[in-house]
Amino acid sequence: MSISPPAQRLWWNEPIHRTELTWIAIAFLWGLVMFFMMIYWHAVGLQNFSNETYRTTPAEFSAKTDAMIQSFKVRDEANGFPVVHPPAGSDIYLLGRIWMWWPNLELEKGQSYRLHLSSLDYQHGFSLQPVNINVQVHPGYESVMTLTPTETGEFAIICNEYCGLGHHLMAGRIYVVDKK
Amino acid sequence: MADATTFRVCPTTGLSVDLKAQALIKANAVAAVVFLLIGGLFGLSVALTRWPDVHLLPVDWFYLALTAHGLDVLLCWIIFFEIAVLYFASAILLKSRLAAPRLAWVAFGLMVGGALITNVAVLQGDSSVMFTSYTPMKAAPHFYLGLILFAVGALVAVGIFFGTLVIARENKTYEGSIPLVTFGALTAAIIAVFTLASGAIILIPTYLWSIGLVSNIDPLMYKLVWWAMGHSSQQINVSAHVAIWYAIAAIVLGAKPISEKASRLAFLLYILFLQLASAHHLLVEPGLSSEWKIFNTSYAMYLAVLGSMIHALTVPGTIEVAQRNKGFDKGLFEWLRKAPWGNPAFAGMFLSLVMFGFLGGISGVVMGTEQINLIMHNTLYVPGHFHGTVVAGTTLAFMAVTYLLIPLIFQREVLFPRMARWQPYVFAIGVTGISLFMMGAGTLGVARRHWDSTFADAMFPYDYPAAAFVMLTLNGIFALLAAAGGAMYIIVTVGSILFGKRTAETAARKDTRPGVPGPASVVGVYGSAGTLKIPGTVVLVGVFFVAFVLYYFANWKYLAEVWPLR
Repeated sequence: MSISPPAQRLWWNEPIHRTELTWIAIAFLWGLVMFFMMIYWHAVGLQNFSNETYRTTPAEFSAKTDAMIQSFKVRDEANGFPVVHPPAGSDIYLLGRIWMWWPNLELEKGQSYRLHLSSLDYQHGFSLQPVNINVQVHPGYESVMTLTPTETGEFAIICNEYCGLGHHLMAGRIYVVDKK
Repeated sequence: MADATTFRVCPTTGLSVDLKAQALIKANAVAAVVFLLIGGLFGLSVALTRWPDVHLLPVDWFYLALTAHGLDVLLCWIIFFEIAVLYFASAILLKSRLAAPRLAWVAFGLMVGGALITNVAVLQGDSSVMFTSYTPMKAAPHFYLGLILFAVGALVAVGIFFGTLVIARENKTYEGSIPLVTFGALTAAIIAVFTLASGAIILIPTYLWSIGLVSNIDPLMYKLVWWAMGHSSQQINVSAHVAIWYAIAAIVLGAKPISEKASRLAFLLYILFLQLASAHHLLVEPGLSSEWKIFNTSYAMYLAVLGSMIHALTVPGTIEVAQRNKGFDKGLFEWLRKAPWGNPAFAGMFLSLVMFGFLGGISGVVMGTEQINLIMHNTLYVPGHFHGTVVAGTTLAFMAVTYLLIPLIFQREVLFPRMARWQPYVFAIGVTGISLFMMGAGTLGVARRHWDSTFADAMFPYDYPAAAFVMLTLNGIFALLAAAGGAMYIIVTVGSILFGKRTAETAARKDTRPGVPGPASVVGVYGSAGTLKIPGTVVLVGVFFVAFVLYYFANWKYLAEVWPLR
């Protein structure tokens, strides 16, 4: 039994039955398929999280974000929140802090943007809905990914890393418009 | 020198039971059940808050309850029970005396004390940092201190397990190699050393940071090392509950491993590769390379997954062989139809096996794929997955083995046998619902650890698809069902321990020679290689494999539909 010592002291000399061996071989090969699938996707897939990261500080990152807002602000929301329409292909900044994403962005469909993310305080979770792209945002780290919206409309950025009692208030917006 | 060890001979199994080990197993198991009760209630309150029409708790209590839920069930219930399992798999199964029983009580005291201190910190309300306590969010210092004490206690207990193995070997209480179940427990213990060491490496500096002696804890470093504890501790659970699967199959059906070599190889793969899983939590984190992520998240080419897939064949395979040898040999599935489904130990074990594979296993591998994680990270899919592993897999297996421990260790008959009979089913259905509907809501983007999925007060509110709210409602309903199953377990367990009829007593004999082999020291005999016939199991793993492959590629397709990013 499985709760008593093996009958044969040299149990490692026992043959493994063919059924078991076949299954082990299938499972091993399937593991290889899954392993190489990730590498394959880096070669041909369009959705790969960038490894580009820099050290930053809250002050430095806010300064960059504010510079972008000053240059490319197009309007205010009803509550005075800025909306920025940066040039296609440019570096854009989104800052997470308790409990907002700052600022709201307006992007053009089919254009690529280098999106910089960082946090001023706790960790936050960048969660673009309903597209469903989810990325972790750390204080002290500035990560950059190139994002290409493929549909127009109003999209939400919610926070999906717990960041305190106002966590559920933290939601920003990305507008995607047709190319001008 | 050593205290005289008193053994009793178990009338059912013939095993010599060290009474000191028995007392420690009882204490740890009872502590486990108490924390299951507390943590389970917190979990229910969380699910009822997520249920939009109920929305039970206010915001501060929600995050407090969520923190306490993780702490009390994921840490306390499971580790206390695992310590009981380690003592059982060493002292009892090897018919040995337990090493250093007094120290084992110190370990127990440290764990209870640590658990209480951290619970107090959470209940005081200023440590609602979630179980993971990601920096730079800070909890009260005693939150970390309690965890450290608990970990030290657990580490001492693991050391006592190793010591017991040495004593048993020296005293020759068994011949040849340790039994497979003990081997599985040894796997769990080895992983536990790595796990608890990682916990110490990260929690001690974090504690010093919380009292102002360390100025900064890098959030990314914290996460990487914390998850070397957090995820590896789930691998302790896997090893422990797989060992329990084998144990229950052996005790209830007399099942023996199809081949010792394959089953032990699978456990060995756990030891070698499972610790890499910290990466599962870091796939969409900045600052780590894709090469690092791919190698680690796949446990170096899925070699630990291979271990689990081997068990997926060998565990039902041992049952099929045992049943066919008993004469249930007709067709593909007579062995399964005529299995002892009315025995809660067997029913719980088999449900745990199936659900761990289909719900927890497949979803875990899919979510742990580097790129697919982008569409799942921090959504409710994550708790959906780990309720499939830790609750449907580990907790249900622990519940199942309790029905054997009550007569064997507590020497009581199971009270309310009818309730016990239904308990695994009620709990399993409840957990299946919890797991599936959270995964469903997560697929629709619903965030985990989030008090208000309606965003009613947010500056820029967002409406999840209507289906998400249906899922959250169903999650609440199934949580009630799971809670009912949990309550049945606690009523049966506590009732049996306190009021169950005592099983036939045998006179305890005083014996200074530790570990005299009992009469039932018959060793298993093989004979399956060559004549092995497990067609039913082959069909079952075939279904599992097809489901796995289809679901895996379906998620690549979902991923391919989101906005390009690089």
